[in-house]
Amino acid sequence: MKFEDLSTLRPDLAFIAHWVENGAHVLDVGCGDGAMLRYLETGKACTGYGVEIADDKVLESTRRGINVIQYDMEQGLDLFGDNAFDMVLCLSSLQMMQHVEARLRDIVRVGKEAIVSFPNFAHWPHRISLLKGRMPVSRSLPYQWFDTPNVRYATINDFKDLAEKCGLEVLEYVALAEGKVVNFLPNLRGSLAVFRLRKKDLVVA
Amino acid sequence: MHFAEPLRLQSGATIGDYTLMYETYGTLNADKSNAVLICHALNASHHVAGHYAEPKSAGWWDNMVGPGKPVDTDRFFVIGVNNLGSCFGSTGPMHTNPATGKPYGAAFPVVTVEDWVAAQARLADRLGVEQFAAVMGGSLGGMQALAWSIMFPQRLRHCIVIASTPKLSAQNIAFNDVARQAILTDPDYRGGDFYEHGVVPRNGLKVARMVGHITYLSNDDMAEKFGRKLRNASENDDYKFDFGIDFEIESYLRYQGDKFSEYFDANTYLLITKALDYFDPAREHGGSLEKALQNTQAHYLIASFTTDWRFSPERSREIVEALLANRRKVTYAEIDAPHGHDAFLLEDARYMNIVRAYYDRIWEEKGAP
Repeated sequence: MKFEDLSTLRPDLAFIAHWVENGAHVLDVGCGDGAMLRYLETGKACTGYGVEIADDKVLESTRRGINVIQYDMEQGLDLFGDNAFDMVLCLSSLQMMQHVEARLRDIVRVGKEAIVSFPNFAHWPHRISLLKGRMPVSRSLPYQWFDTPNVRYATINDFKDLAEKCGLEVLEYVALAEGKVVNFLPNLRGSLAVFRLRKKDLVVA
Repeated sequence: MHFAEPLRLQSGATIGDYTLMYETYGTLNADKSNAVLICHALNASHHVAGHYAEPKSAGWWDNMVGPGKPVDTDRFFVIGVNNLGSCFGSTGPMHTNPATGKPYGAAFPVVTVEDWVAAQARLADRLGVEQFAAVMGGSLGGMQALAWSIMFPQRLRHCIVIASTPKLSAQNIAFNDVARQAILTDPDYRGGDFYEHGVVPRNGLKVARMVGHITYLSNDDMAEKFGRKLRNASENDDYKFDFGIDFEIESYLRYQGDKFSEYFDANTYLLITKALDYFDPAREHGGSLEKALQNTQAHYLIASFTTDWRFSPERSREIVEALLANRRKVTYAEIDAPHGHDAFLLEDARYMNIVRAYYDRIWEEKGAP
């Protein structure tokens, strides 16, 4: 897969791919159709595994040629050893987890660095919906409150606190809108929050 | 195919002279890179795919292997081989022991999964296959595929292990021993030499199969198919108050047992269950499967079925975990199928699609013409 293809397919993934080092050993938790990992393998000489629970996504990932492990991340990441990965990706998945804190601690355990993204609940259209007394339904949260795979809602500011608490140092974070970085008032204007994190107690050799 | 040079077995015994039955499908390509070995489970044979002339002779994995099927014989040269000790043509306990001039019977040496793989490797040599595109099997066949990747790391590019386990649990062994006891205590077993007495320990085999069969089905599947339905309920919807057949499930299991006892060999059943019990590649590595797999080179597809309680998904995950620890390339599918252990032989779109997708990958990486 070429960068241009990823860029067209998923601009947010294309942006995030810049943060992954060449040759990194990567775990992509909630890897979906495997497009990201496939790009990292072919475009950035990375290796690694995707974790995915949905049958159709596991099949798509297999077709793309990535190593996909069908597993419910909600069960934890016990299959993987401590510090097994240079980079753990958890992209637009964490908000579907019941036990976000425990999962984040799993990510800290198996990886040295992590990139986590989730829909920013503080995005301005969501705020307007709430001011009108309604749960937001938007492009980044395209579900009715009673029928959504998302069980957790967070803002950029909220996630910063949790990441710190779980032993992660926030190296960088951005808010994306349509795959582009929002510099001015990110927590208001960005629909997708993306955090670049590093394990705090990692001893750098 | 006949092999004259003796094969030394794991037990220390030697089998001097033997024949392996095999079948092939498709064509071996010029660079001999498209060969796939299919390893069979307990009661199957070299007849993996296609149909013989007589009726009801479809290969045991005919839904998986054939032209245009997930293991596409228009692309791959597929080999099915009957293992040593079996009763479908390869040398087994019913054949003449050259040392005594009588059938081996219980004197047939106990063979292990590793012994089978060693014999299969000799067959591959003879067929001119240095490296398989894939070695694949379900259940006991999956153990053979896994053993291939450990014993001959360079001789396979892909290892496909379905509904299998890195070793039997105490419960698995217990079921196997009940089956063996049923055979061994059948008066017609005659210490394994029943051939010369013109009898067959049919009751023992039947009970062995009934016990085994229970472990192949899921509780839900059995409940749905049989429930507490009474046999001949339409005639007389009441219990019989005797020890004949009341319930449908009894009738079904007895029928399966009877059918099995007509074609399967009692000594083979003992041998194969023993091979299952003994399989444990981690054993010589202090119980570490991770270490047992450290010299492997193949890429793996591991698949399990959610309702399989014989070799449950947890058992497949043990293999996956050990492969991950070794950073092997591995794809793992956990298929939500209702049919228990038997699911690996049955048609299921999710299962077939994954295997197909994986074989497409094998085909593409090989540089399809």
